[in-house]
Amino acid sequence: MSLTDYGFYILCATAIVLLATQAFTNPKDFFQVTIFGLADGAIYALVALGYTMVYGIIELINFAHGDVFTLGAYIGAAILAFFAGANEGSFVVVNVIALLLVFPIVMLIMGGINITIERIAYRPLRNAPRLAPLITAIGMSFVLEGIMFMWHGAPTVHFPDLLPHGPGFQTTIGGVFFGFKDVFVVVAAAILVSLLAVFINGSKLGKAMRATAQDRDAAQLMGIDINRTIAATFFIGAVLAGAGGMIWGLYFNTIYYNLGFRTGLVAFTAAVFGGIGNIPGAAIGGLIIGLVAAYSDGYIGSKWTEVVIFGILIGVLVFRPTGLLGMRVPEK
Amino acid sequence: MSTRPAGKRRSLLPPIRFRERIRDRDTAIYGVLIIIALIFPLATIFATDSTFLVSQAGHAGTFVLLAIGLNVVVGFAGLLDLGYAAFFAIGAYTYALFASAQLQASPAHHAYHLPFWLMMFVALFVAAAFGAVLGFPTLRLRGDYLAIVTLGFGEIVPQLFFNFDQWTGGINAIGGIDQPSLPAWITGPWAGANGIAILQNFTCKPFWASSAAPCYSFSFDPIAYYVLVLILIVAAVILVTNLHRSRLGRAWMAIREDEVAAAAMGINTVTTKLLAFAIGASFSGFAGAYYGASFGLVSPDQFYFVVSITVLVMVVLGGMGNITGVIVGAIIIYFVLNSLLPSLPSTVESFASNIGLGFLNDRNGDWPGLAGETQRLQFLLYGLILVLMMLLRPQGIFPSRVREQELKHAAVQEEEAVVEMTHA
Repeated sequence: MSLTDYGFYILCATAIVLLATQAFTNPKDFFQVTIFGLADGAIYALVALGYTMVYGIIELINFAHGDVFTLGAYIGAAILAFFAGANEGSFVVVNVIALLLVFPIVMLIMGGINITIERIAYRPLRNAPRLAPLITAIGMSFVLEGIMFMWHGAPTVHFPDLLPHGPGFQTTIGGVFFGFKDVFVVVAAAILVSLLAVFINGSKLGKAMRATAQDRDAAQLMGIDINRTIAATFFIGAVLAGAGGMIWGLYFNTIYYNLGFRTGLVAFTAAVFGGIGNIPGAAIGGLIIGLVAAYSDGYIGSKWTEVVIFGILIGVLVFRPTGLLGMRVPEK
Repeated sequence: MSTRPAGKRRSLLPPIRFRERIRDRDTAIYGVLIIIALIFPLATIFATDSTFLVSQAGHAGTFVLLAIGLNVVVGFAGLLDLGYAAFFAIGAYTYALFASAQLQASPAHHAYHLPFWLMMFVALFVAAAFGAVLGFPTLRLRGDYLAIVTLGFGEIVPQLFFNFDQWTGGINAIGGIDQPSLPAWITGPWAGANGIAILQNFTCKPFWASSAAPCYSFSFDPIAYYVLVLILIVAAVILVTNLHRSRLGRAWMAIREDEVAAAAMGINTVTTKLLAFAIGASFSGFAGAYYGASFGLVSPDQFYFVVSITVLVMVVLGGMGNITGVIVGAIIIYFVLNSLLPSLPSTVESFASNIGLGFLNDRNGDWPGLAGETQRLQFLLYGLILVLMMLLRPQGIFPSRVREQELKHAAVQEEEAVVEMTHA
C-alpha cells in the first residue's frame, strides 16, 4: 500500500462523509437523488462494459461505441413505432410482447453492425501503428452519427413510451418517489450484466476472450481463433450497448443523434474508474459514476457535473491508476 | 562530338546537386510549401479580388501550428494526448484576459492591455506550466493513462472557462481582444506611407507609456495575420526540427520505441516525457494567443473535444513524427473540413443540372433537394474520408522515414517468425 493509495482512500472517505451528512440532514432528497443516480448509472454500466471489453482485448479506445449505443436507441425506436400506436404510456399486454420481441432484435442487429464495423475498420489495421485504429474509430463514430443525422436530422426523436407509469405504477416510500421505470432500468441492467458474467466465466468463448485479453500470441498458439474471439467481443459489447440504448430510450423517451458522444465519454470514464479491462469493475464504475453525476447535479449544480466527473477521472488515475478493481498490469 | 574528360572541370563552388535535393522528399515538400505560401495571397487576391481566402489560410495556419506542436507529443515521444485543445484554450484565454476590457467587469476591476508580442510568450509558458502540472503525476504511469487523463482535462478546461463567468464572461465569450501592433519607430514596408499598406496607422498606448504613440496595428487585415502566422510556423518548424535532431529528440525516439530499454540506457524517462508534453502544450499555448488575436473573440465552445480530435487526425493522417507530413495533413484536413465539405452541396447541385439530373435539385415532399441532402451527408462523408484514408495509408500520407524503416523491419521479422514456426 503506497502513499497514493492512502490519498485515494482519503478522497473516497471525504466524499462518503459529505454525502452521509446530507443523508442524515435531508434523507428524502438524498434518496431521491440516489434513485436517479442508480437508474442513470445502470445505463452507463451497460455502455461501459463494451468499452472495457474492447479495451481489454485489443487496447483500443473504441470511440464509436457511444454511437453504437445511440444507434441502438434509434433502431429500437423505429421498430417499436410499428407496435406502439395508441398504446403509449399505458399498460397493455401488447406492449410487453413488443418489448420482449424488440429487445433481442435490436441487440442482434447492433451486434451485427458492430461486427461489420470491426471487420471493415479495425481488423485490417490490427498490425498497423497503434493510433491508426483510433482514428478509424473516430471516423466510424462520425459515420454512425452521420447516418443518424441523415435519418432524423438534428432535432430530438421521440422514443415510444411503452413502460407503464402514472398512478398504480409508482409509489412513495418515506417521501421518496420512484416508479416502475426506475425499477425496470436497474433490474434489466442487472440481468444483462449477470448474464454477461456467466457467459465470460462459464462458456468456452468467454474463456477464449479472457485468454486473448491476457496474451494474444499465447492464446493463438493454444489454438484460439483470435479473429473470431475479437469479433465476438465486439458483438457482445454492441449487444449490451444496444440494450442500453433501448433502456435509455424507454426511460427518457427522447433521443438525439449525438447522444452517444457525451454518454460514451462518461461511460468510458466509468470503465476507467472501475479499472479498464475489468468487467465487474466497469459495472460498478458505471453505477458509481451515475450516482456521482446525480449527487453533483443535486448538490453542486448541474453545470459542475462534467467538471466533477472528469475531475474524478483524473483523480483516480493519479492516485489509483488501476482503478477500483483493476490489478497492476505490467507494461506491454 | 566533344568529350569532356572527367575530373578536368573543377568548380570552386560546391556542386548544388539539385536533383538529389529534389529527391529528398522532405526538402521537396518544404520547397513546394514555401512556394505555395508565397504565391497563395497574390494568386487568390488576383483571382477572387478579396482577401477571404487569405484569412482562411491564416486560420488554417493556427491548425498547422497546433499540429506541429501535437506532433512533438504524439509523433516524437509517442504519448497520446486527447486533450490538446485544453492548452489551446489556456493560451487563447491568457491572451484574451490580459488584452481586452474583460477584466474591468471582473472582480479584478482593472482592464489590462498587454502587448501581443509579450503575451504570446506568456501564453506559451502558462500552457507549458499547465502541461507540466498535468503531466507530472500521470507520466509515471502506463502510456494509455496519459490519453485518458488528457481526455478528462480537455473536457474540464472549456467547462471551467464556461463556469467562471465572472472572470471569463462564460457563454458571452470575450470579445474586442486587442490586435497586435508594431511601434511606429520600426519602419518597413508595413509603415504604409507609400509602400505596401499591410498594417494600418493607429495610435496605441503601450502598457509602459503614459501617453499614446503612433503605431501600426494589425487591425483585422488578413494579410498581416497571414504573414505573422507564416513567420510563426517557420520559427516553429526550425525549432522542432532542431529539437528532433538534438539529444532530447533522440531520447524521445528511444522512449517511443522501448521505454524500458531507454531507461536502461540512462535516459530519465519521466523528465524526458514531461519535456515533450510541456513543449507540445507550449506550442498550443502560443497558437492560442495568435488565434485569440486574429479572431478577436474567444469563447469556451471553440475548444471542445472535437478540436483535439481534429488536430490528432491531422497528425496521424499526415504521418506521425514527420514534420512535413504533419503540415500537409493539417492543410488537407483543414481544407476538407472548411472548404470541401461546406462547398459540396452547391457543387453537387450544379453538377446535377449539368448532366441533366436537374430535377433532383428541387424540393419534393420528403426529398430535401440534392443540396439539402448533401448538406446532411457531410458528417458521414467526413467519417468515411477518415476511415478510408487510414485504411489506405495506416502509416499516414508522408510517414517519417525512420518509422517507415522500423515498420518494414518489424513486418519482415514477423514474417520470418511465421516461417520459422511453420518449419518447426
